[in-house]
Amino acid sequence: MPIDRDTALAHVLTPVRVQVERGALRFFATATGETRPEYVEPEAARAAGHRDLPVPPTYFFSLELQGPDPLGFLGDLGVDLRGVLHGEQWFEYVTEACAGDTLTLRARLVDVVDKKGGAMQLLTKETTVTDDATGALVARLGAVLVLRDVA
Amino acid sequence: MTAPGTVLAVGTELPPVACGPITRTTLALFAGASGDHNPIHVDLDVARSAGLDDVFAHGMLSMAYLGRAVTQWVPQHRVRSLAARFVSLTPVHARPTCSGVVDTVEGDVATIALTVTLDDGTLTLTGTATVALS
Repeated sequence: MPIDRDTALAHVLTPVRVQVERGALRFFATATGETRPEYVEPEAARAAGHRDLPVPPTYFFSLELQGPDPLGFLGDLGVDLRGVLHGEQWFEYVTEACAGDTLTLRARLVDVVDKKGGAMQLLTKETTVTDDATGALVARLGAVLVLRDVA
Repeated sequence: MTAPGTVLAVGTELPPVACGPITRTTLALFAGASGDHNPIHVDLDVARSAGLDDVFAHGMLSMAYLGRAVTQWVPQHRVRSLAARFVSLTPVHARPTCSGVVDTVEGDVATIALTVTLDDGTLTLTGTATVALS
């Protein structure tokens, strides 16, 4: 069943506050085949000019999923997860984030577009990432989710 | 490793980065490590209930491979943006290859056109990265 655009755009997503953990970054490196020392060893990261293990380019997506019930907004909107495809994803980087940083991710739903006469919808979500210690903008990210009916 | 001397001129083809093979273990690890617990990527029963023959890889796994590739071509502090469009599903056992070619250079910023392809030629992801030249 299609989601209602106005309901979606008015939906308030709870900000996610998360501390970036070295162990979690190492696990992500393992899972993605990343073996370069600067992404798994803090000493090597510092030698390469980072403050600590750097957050790799796509990991902000994962930080956002560390909040409680991260996909809950889809359930709230009546979306069947089995019909959800990831259509697009983008990141813009402003300042580097590293292990030990505490970040706040604030997301909002910004667009719903009907496709194929309503049989498919495109839901766009945008998120800002700020550093709690400095207040500085760290990154922006966005996703387009493809919502399809599952028979 | 990063090649600090890599020249980013229009048309420069960056060295392809081979990833995978993506096993069921890869998908289980990535589900845990990435926080994307959507069962359609790890639970065959759920995949079948959605009309699929098998589970398939997370799009963000391929994009993470692409992140690895881009930061091999250019040090991460020079990467300004990374964007991807997921154009087809990546099956279990796939071996994605990440490729990039410099599309434009304007001022201090190069735009790299990105693709992820499988061994059989299937295009799974298209994207762009913008990177600072220095």
